[in-house]
Amino acid sequence: MMSPKARREFGNFLFVAPYLCVFLWLLIWPLISGMGLSLFKADLFGGASFVGFENYSRLLQDPVFLQAVGNTFYFVALTVPALAIIPLFLALMLNRATRTAAFFRGVFFSSSVLSVTIVTLIWRMVLMSDGGFVANIIGFFGFDPIPFLSDPNLVMISMSIITVWWCLGLPMMLYLSALQQVPQDIYEAAALDNTPWWKQLTHITLPAISRTVVLVVIMQCVLQFQLFGQPQLITQGGPNGASRPIVLFIFEVGFRRWDIGYAAAASQILFAIILMVTLAQYFVASRREGRGR
Amino acid sequence: MNRVSAIDIRNVTKAYGPTLVLDDISLKAEANEFIAFLGPSGCGKSTLLRMIAGLETLDAGEIHIGGRRIDEREPGARGVAMVFQHYALYPHMTIRDNMGFGLKNIRMNKAEIDRRVAEAARILEIEPFLDKKPGQLSGGQKQRVAIGRAIVKNPDIFLFDEPLSNLDAALRMRTRLELAQLRRRLNATMILVTHDQVEAMTLADRIVVMHDKKIQQVGAPMDIYARPANRFVASFVGSPPMNFLPVSVSEGANGAVATLGDGSKVTTRVKGLTDSASWELGLRPEHVRVSDQGLAAKVEFVERLGERTLVYARLGDGTALTAEDEGLSRVKMGDTIYLKVDGDAAHLFDADGKGYHTPEVG
Repeated sequence: MMSPKARREFGNFLFVAPYLCVFLWLLIWPLISGMGLSLFKADLFGGASFVGFENYSRLLQDPVFLQAVGNTFYFVALTVPALAIIPLFLALMLNRATRTAAFFRGVFFSSSVLSVTIVTLIWRMVLMSDGGFVANIIGFFGFDPIPFLSDPNLVMISMSIITVWWCLGLPMMLYLSALQQVPQDIYEAAALDNTPWWKQLTHITLPAISRTVVLVVIMQCVLQFQLFGQPQLITQGGPNGASRPIVLFIFEVGFRRWDIGYAAAASQILFAIILMVTLAQYFVASRREGRGR
Repeated sequence: MNRVSAIDIRNVTKAYGPTLVLDDISLKAEANEFIAFLGPSGCGKSTLLRMIAGLETLDAGEIHIGGRRIDEREPGARGVAMVFQHYALYPHMTIRDNMGFGLKNIRMNKAEIDRRVAEAARILEIEPFLDKKPGQLSGGQKQRVAIGRAIVKNPDIFLFDEPLSNLDAALRMRTRLELAQLRRRLNATMILVTHDQVEAMTLADRIVVMHDKKIQQVGAPMDIYARPANRFVASFVGSPPMNFLPVSVSEGANGAVATLGDGSKVTTRVKGLTDSASWELGLRPEHVRVSDQGLAAKVEFVERLGERTLVYARLGDGTALTAEDEGLSRVKMGDTIYLKVDGDAAHLFDADGKGYHTPEVG
């Protein structure tokens, strides 16, 4: 016979069991089998031979992979700060109960509901050097078109602009909901305390929503390290690999060259990078909070 | 110690959309006066306070402090400090920084800020908490910090928005006393918003009773209690509230004689009545005593408060009446009792609710 406590715990377990099964089957199992797979030289037809860490050592000497890692970090460095800061200012401006603010909240959020296919289609038409929207405008003033998508120095910046445009809706909404939690009377006290607007931002608003800032930064890091659709659909990683991120590298190796073991090893490295960056941010943020207490 | 300044509110009106909340309010306060805005919730008392602070705009009218018009100035430039109902402390700053924040913002030198914070902390006995954060403090301690943040500014006027409403009963009573002592020490003009008549009665020099967008009466606490201007003030101030009995009125030798529904008469000393379609006799419970003779009434409910007993009774004609008896009263529910009415202390209210009272002696 089970004790009442054990029975209660077993009952609790039953409630989470369905999700746990799906979680283990679709997330943990692929993760572990991916780790296993990365130690094999394998292709899609089932032939696999154990090679130990050879895939990893090959990766670390593969200039295409290293370029993809560099591209990815560059992209994250361009997009994450922008996606942490621009939505914050949008939220600060739109955090009021007017119709205009509600309208613009809708406008800025609307891009988030589009699929990557539509986003890239729109932006290709905007940025194309041959008859694109921007090219037409600057052509009207007599300038040569800017090769946004074919200049290796510009292509990642273009990807970042596209991504920020696409992704800023959700962080803005998160900031808005955080801002609405801040008690209004604190701002009133600040007004009576002669607080200038920037000091109100740095001394009252930002400390009050710091958890949300951390959440947005971690979430955007996780998302933007997995950049894939935009370069895949617009440039296929070109020119010269200048817009190839890690996930596109994994896709090409795995599903074009069918080198599954090698792709799995690259996936593990990406997983490790995201995990480390996330944990680092989490620890920094929680330590600061601990000190603030 | 403080610069003294009076406040002068002139014809202030405020509406939220189509809803009028303050209708042509005018009020003056003298320097060092403690004024309480008293009224039920929604009477506009907090709105008026927030207008003085600059947290609400005026639709019409002017507000002057110390002879200067301030209603168009920024909240921080009005020479007022406010203590909020929910304290409104900055949660991420230490108590010291909370108190000094406003002074830093006006670039006061650090030594002076430290001196003022230390002085306020000493007065309020919050020195041990100066390096803690608001989240680590109890409600009463936060309240002191909020008051401290106001004191360090050395303002012309202190504004208190229901400062005691978040405290439990025992702490509220203690804080009320401390507020009274603080007031004596600071010698500044103070305005308190409250819906609690005990707070208003005990703290204020003058009470401004507000109801229905307007000021109903302005006066010293005992004046408001003893000579309520109208039926609303009479019913709102005093606990339990005044009894109102429909009567017919005739002229007597020393004042009006009120005839109750059952024909019994109460001789009052109220004089100078004007014509009115109907009259109500106003009697505070302490002026209706349980006795051996007088008005016959049936007891419906008895509340024993210790030092006195409240008897809720009904007269023969069905009029409800609250009377007082001594603490050790033997009156029980269902008893028939006799009530002795002190006609000298009775009030009369005409059909419009205007109050008439016994003329003041001297």
